Amino acid sequence: MNAVLLIDFGSTYTKLTAVDLDAQQVLGTAAAYTTVQTDINEGLRKGLAELEKKTGKLEYSAKYACSSAAGGLRMVACGLVPELTSEAARLASLGAGAKVVGLYSYQLTEDDLEEITRTAPDIFLLSGGTDGGNTANILHNARMLATLPPTFPIIVAGNRTAARECGRILEGHEVYLCENVMPKFGVLNIEPTQKQIREIFLKRIVEAKGLRQAAVQMSDEMMPTPSAVLKALKLLADGCEEEGGVGDLVAVDVGGATTDIYSIADGMPEKMNTVYKGLPEPYAKRTVEGDIGMRYSIRGIVEAAGVKKLSAVSGLTPERVEELVSYLSQHTDVVPNGDEELEALDQALASMAVQTAVARHAGTMEETYTMMGLTYVQSGKNLMHVKKIVVTGGSLIHTKKTEKIAEYGMYSAEQPASLRPRAADVWVDRSYILAAMGLLSSHDPLCALHIMKKELEKHGHSEQENS
Amino acid sequence: MEKKEKKVLVIGVIGADVHAVGNKILYHAFTEAGFEVVNLGVMVSQEEYIAAAIESDADAIVISSLYGQGELDCRGMREKCEEAGLHGIPLLVGGNIVIGKQKFEEVEPRFKAMGFDRAFPPGTAPETTIEALRELLHMDEVSGT
Repeated sequence: MNAVLLIDFGSTYTKLTAVDLDAQQVLGTAAAYTTVQTDINEGLRKGLAELEKKTGKLEYSAKYACSSAAGGLRMVACGLVPELTSEAARLASLGAGAKVVGLYSYQLTEDDLEEITRTAPDIFLLSGGTDGGNTANILHNARMLATLPPTFPIIVAGNRTAARECGRILEGHEVYLCENVMPKFGVLNIEPTQKQIREIFLKRIVEAKGLRQAAVQMSDEMMPTPSAVLKALKLLADGCEEEGGVGDLVAVDVGGATTDIYSIADGMPEKMNTVYKGLPEPYAKRTVEGDIGMRYSIRGIVEAAGVKKLSAVSGLTPERVEELVSYLSQHTDVVPNGDEELEALDQALASMAVQTAVARHAGTMEETYTMMGLTYVQSGKNLMHVKKIVVTGGSLIHTKKTEKIAEYGMYSAEQPASLRPRAADVWVDRSYILAAMGLLSSHDPLCALHIMKKELEKHGHSEQENS
Repeated sequence: MEKKEKKVLVIGVIGADVHAVGNKILYHAFTEAGFEVVNLGVMVSQEEYIAAAIESDADAIVISSLYGQGELDCRGMREKCEEAGLHGIPLLVGGNIVIGKQKFEEVEPRFKAMGFDRAFPPGTAPETTIEALRELLHMDEVSGT
C-alpha cells in the first residue's frame, strides 16, 4: 500500500480523500467544517479523525492540498474593449481558478476606483491593447491605480509597448509584468498570466488566507481548487502518456452560491460554410455563474428562468414556487430531506441552473442568408459533438433525477442557437473526487485517470430531440 | 513613448457578405507593402472594425463590399468611429459597393458624404489603394515629422 492524502480546503467543508497509489483506488473520503477563521488545522484534524474511522490508521507517503477557503481567489480584471482584451483577461482569471469579482473596460473612473477599493481583490489584472496597439488606455488605467494604496498585487498583461511604463507608474505597488493576454487581434495568450496568478496565489494568498499552517505540512505547493478541477477534467478528457482519455467533455458543478461550468473541447466550426466571430476560446475553458446557485443565488435562477418555467418544471403553483424560494433564500442550509415539495422545487431549480449556466458557457450559431446562400455565424464554442457530461453538486448527487436535470444542459429545440451537447452520457462525481484527482494528476496521472474512470458513475444517456 | 514601426490597417468584408478571395488578396498586398494588417475576414460588422481598431490603435480602416449592399452597410460608420474615440481615422471603402451599374462619379460623393475619405470603384488594383493610404497617412513625408 502507498497511501496519499488529498485535501480540498473548501469555503464550507474541508474535504479529504485517501488514495492507495498501488491499488489505484480510493480508500475513503471524509469532510469536516473548514476552520479558516481560527486555525485551519483544526478542521483538518477533525476530518482526519473522521477519515480514520473509515480507513483505519494510515501512514501517508505524501499530502497534497488545494483551497477555495476564505472566499477563494478573488480577482478584478480590466481591459480595453469589452469583447476583446477585457474578455481575454476574464478568461485568463477564470482559467487560473479565480473568482472574477469585478470586470472593467476602457478608462477606469474615480467611481470604478472606489468600487475596486470596496471589492478589495486578491489580485488585479491590468490589460488592454494588442502588442503595438493602443497604449493610452492601459497607461491611463495604471495612473488611476497608482493613486490607490498598494493593498493588492497588480499583474500587467497588456500591450508590451506600455508594459515597462506601467511598471514605473505603479512603483511602490507589487507589480508583475507579463506577456500580453491578447498579443494580436483574436489571439489569446493566457497561459503566462495564469502561471503568474498561480505564483502569486502561492506566495501571497496562501499566507493572507490563513492557510500557511496547513501549507507547510504538504508535500507540494497548494493550488486554487477550481484550477485542480480543471486539471482533473483535462486529464480525464485527454488521458496521459500511458493511456487515452474519454474525449471531449463538459462538466457542471451546481453549488449553493455559484455554478461552475468546464468544457474540454476545441469547439471551433466544423463546417466550411460557418464563419467564426469573436475571440477564439481556450481548449480547457472554465466559467463561473456568480448569480446562479441553489441557495445564496436562488434569486438569480428565478430571474434567469422565470417563476412560470420553474412552476412548469416542478409541478408546483407559481405562488408556491415564490413562497418556497423566499423561504430557501432565508434558510440557506435547508435540504429537501424527503419533503416532496422541496424535492420537486430543488429539481426544477437545479435544472434551470444547469440550463442557464451551460447556455452561457457554450457558443451560439446564427443562420444568415447571404447572396451565396445560407451561411452560419458561430461565436463561442461549439459543444454539440461532446459525448460526456460530468455533473456534481449536492442537488445533482442527492436525487434520483440526476439524468433528468443534466438533460437541461443539452441541446434543446427551444434554444436551437445554443451549441450544447446533442447526445451525451451523464457521469456523476458522487464523492467529490475531481479536485483530489486534479491534485494527484501532477504526481501520478495514470492513477488519477484510472480512479476517475472507476469512480465517476455513469448515470445514463441523454439524447435531446433533434428538430 | 515608442513609435510604432508599421502603420496598422484593419480590413474586412462588411455585412452579410462572404466573398473571401478579394479579402485575402488585399491582406497579402497590404502586408507586402509594409503595413501591419488586422484582417477580420468576411461578414464583419461596423462594431467589429471599431473594436479591432481601438485595441490595435489602427491608422486606417479599409472596408470591402462586393455584394451591392455596401451603401447600407456603411451608413453611420463614421459617426460610430467618432463616438468610439477614433477621431478622424481614415476610412476607405471599395469593391462592388452599390447595387447595379451606377456611374461612379455619382457613387463616390455619396460615400464621401457618409464620411469616407476614399471610395474605390469595381476593379481597383490594390496598388491604387496602397497609394491612397500612403497619402492619407503621410507616409512619404520625411520621417520624424
